[in-house]
Amino acid sequence: MNRGENMVKVNKINKHFGKLHVLKGVSLEVSKGEVVTIIGPSGSGKSTLLRSINNLETVQNGMIEIEGNKIADEKSGKKIHIPEKEIRFNCKKVGMVFQNFNLFPHKTILENIIEAPIVVNKEARDVVIKRAKSLLQKVGLSSKANVYPFQLSGGQKQRVAIARALAMEPDIMLFDEPTSALDPELTGEVLNVIKELAKENMTMIIVTHEMAFAREVSDRIVFMDEGEIIEEAAPDEFFNNPEHERVKGFLNKML
Amino acid sequence: MNSSEEFIKILEYAGKVTPYIASGLGVVIKLYIVVIICSIPLGLICAIGKVSKSNIIKGILEIYTWVFRGTPLLLQLFFVYFGLSKVFGFNQFQAAAVTFIINYGAYFTEIFRAGIQSIDKGQYEAAKALGMNYSQTMKRIIIPQMLKRVLPPISNEAITLVKDTSLVTAIAIGDILRNAKEIASRDFTLTPYIIAGIMYLALTSVIVYIFKKLEQRYSVYE
Repeated sequence: MNRGENMVKVNKINKHFGKLHVLKGVSLEVSKGEVVTIIGPSGSGKSTLLRSINNLETVQNGMIEIEGNKIADEKSGKKIHIPEKEIRFNCKKVGMVFQNFNLFPHKTILENIIEAPIVVNKEARDVVIKRAKSLLQKVGLSSKANVYPFQLSGGQKQRVAIARALAMEPDIMLFDEPTSALDPELTGEVLNVIKELAKENMTMIIVTHEMAFAREVSDRIVFMDEGEIIEEAAPDEFFNNPEHERVKGFLNKML
Repeated sequence: MNSSEEFIKILEYAGKVTPYIASGLGVVIKLYIVVIICSIPLGLICAIGKVSKSNIIKGILEIYTWVFRGTPLLLQLFFVYFGLSKVFGFNQFQAAAVTFIINYGAYFTEIFRAGIQSIDKGQYEAAKALGMNYSQTMKRIIIPQMLKRVLPPISNEAITLVKDTSLVTAIAIGDILRNAKEIASRDFTLTPYIIAGIMYLALTSVIVYIFKKLEQRYSVYE
């Protein structure tokens, strides 16, 4: 499975929300250019795992490494403190797309995209605008540069959100149920953009309920249930010959 | 004497007393501007403190808004004017300005705090995922959206402040109301109060107009 260097390495992370043990010693490795899809029933910890990789959730113990830089670590079972600033720096090459888009409603589409490169990276405005325009072209929304998010459909909003994340030139993209908030007829346009990224060898981790898409785009499928990864396999193997009963049961319901 | 003659007499009287009542307009406008310019930033800073992680800051600000929203503005004005003026050497206007700034700052704090907390958590997450730190997120993403949302309650406070300035009558500042009252008690007539009322209405109308324009300008998105 290893095609090259490790982009993301998660080792035995644990996360509790109060009494709820959401991640039970989860480990995951993702190599450069790999597309990994996480599926599983709701409440299984898929999103929490994804969000931990981008420091939107803090794990209670375990280790998380992005391109060799740690954003969570432990020593003999004890969590090691890593300064917020260092974590933010190490997560800089991780882009994220959310279920609810989370575009900035007070900024135009172009402003949404150029915001972070200018504010965070202090890049020159004209350079960023040029890049933003080519990204808008890539997601097929060149004509929408100067409108506000509320003027777009859900599918268009999500494509802008992808362009916004790409503007930071990430090495890894995380997608947290990118089509779950969309009407069925709008999911295709978003999935096509993600497929396009897969062709360009973007390293991606995708949480989704779109089984056909997962099968088509993934190099590897990870199945989670009750806070644990219970099966990991190449798509064909996963869908044709799942090992675990729970996976079989899940797939029977979904397909 | 018929009614039209009487009406002309009233107009003549009004014409005579209006300049004196209007001489209180300056102090009202001056107080209003000083209070708005200082209390809105004060409220914004305190609101940011109130949503911070520090329990000490939150606790202090909690007491601040509790006391100043929970006691009469007139009482606070007396307290500052009669109690603290000697200590700090305030004149009447300064005492009034300080009291109003602190009092309105408390109201603005709560309005801004509620506004900040009404912004969707996803906005913070999106900013964080893009690498923005807390102050960049507040300054560029949260506060601009919050300001639009709180315009209606801020507009209410801004209108109330026009009328609340009349409380300075009680510490012998010659504002619109005090001047009107002087003449009313001298001449035993209600006309000065009507004139004062019209002046307050004119002032609040200007404020209403300004906020309407602001809301229009902010309505380009959603």
